[in-house]
Amino acid sequence: MYDFQFSKAGSIEEAVNLKKLEDAEFLAGGQTLIPTLKQRMANPRHLISLLGINELKGVKTDGEKQIRIGATTTHEEVSREAVCFKGLSALAGKIGDPAVRNRGTIGGSIANNDPSACYPAAVLAADASIVTNLREITADDFFQGMFETALNENELITEIRFPIPFKANYQKFEQPASRFALVGVFLALFETGVRLAITGASANGVFRWTEGEKFLSENFVPGGIDELSFPNEDEFIDDLHGTGEYRCQLAKVLTSRAVISCSI
Amino acid sequence: MEQVSLIVNGLSISEELPENTLLVDFLRDTLRLTGTHVGCDTSQCGACNVQVNGKVVKACTILTLEADGAEIITIEGMSKKDGSLTIIQKAFQDNHGLQCGYCTPGMIMTAAELLRKNDNPSEFEIREYLEGNICRCTGYHNIVKSIQVAAKNLKINN
Repeated sequence: MYDFQFSKAGSIEEAVNLKKLEDAEFLAGGQTLIPTLKQRMANPRHLISLLGINELKGVKTDGEKQIRIGATTTHEEVSREAVCFKGLSALAGKIGDPAVRNRGTIGGSIANNDPSACYPAAVLAADASIVTNLREITADDFFQGMFETALNENELITEIRFPIPFKANYQKFEQPASRFALVGVFLALFETGVRLAITGASANGVFRWTEGEKFLSENFVPGGIDELSFPNEDEFIDDLHGTGEYRCQLAKVLTSRAVISCSI
Repeated sequence: MEQVSLIVNGLSISEELPENTLLVDFLRDTLRLTGTHVGCDTSQCGACNVQVNGKVVKACTILTLEADGAEIITIEGMSKKDGSLTIIQKAFQDNHGLQCGYCTPGMIMTAAELLRKNDNPSEFEIREYLEGNICRCTGYHNIVKSIQVAAKNLKINN
């Protein structure tokens, strides 16, 4: 690992000010950033730890409509505390392994936007918004391709606001070594219709499967999903873990399973 | 260089160290607590698992400075004060829960957390909780058995 300077921010304001230093990076749980530093794939001069900022922690519920999760809330905390949104708490409880869940954070996962990460699927399917020190960004605008987000240079995620769907389910087919999603499908059922987000499949990162949404909003049954197609199929990841065609089939099968889980 | 103060296995420690020191290197190289192992060094294998403020984390994936002020327990802090083995450790010994022993410290740290949360885990729950602990002797069968026996014995003891 290259050398760097380390600061622990005590407030959001302090963190954002420190970020103005040359080549500075925010450090949350570090479950992606630290391995990246060890491989010397990143070389920040300053690391700004966010874990001492109390305002960024915790799960809060506003009635039955919305749940707000602080950016540095760990996966383990979400899995235990987000009980009013079971699809989300179940997803958090299956990320990585117990030691990763004790340390990794929701804000870190979303800011990184790994194309195979679980959280982006929940954020996009549930039509959540990402609150930063500057503004509130809708999920549809936030994810902009592999490892790309709408975040600006000195912008820090403070909270994620999830509308609570009437029903929701996440289906993940794990890549057994990394435990990331080879393909993951998050289905959220609202009174206004179905939203479907797919992770792990596209080289452009998480995306909404609008054809699937339209089909299921009209008729919420698993039969017929197999006949649908993906307009972005040529962008599907094709690697040693699975071909694009395989991922395409998996996405359909997992969507069917999510429908069945929501129908029970 | 930065100053770090933490409590390791009940002892208060204050040291100056380079900012990029990983917790596992601090434990092994500075404190000479070599029971915490480095298996993969890529956050996969769990051989470096230690407890930080009551939670199991991978010591190869946390900066020592992030543990400033924390209470750390390593495998050396798991045995009783007189050096004799705790119920979980004894169960591993009695049930051939280790072959080469390299993964064992991490297995014990993870098993201890599981049994604190769930005093009667099913075989499936044990295997699921060990997802981040790799045994390259592939001795999982007896590791699972050891944890099942430990769960039973912990109950009898309570």
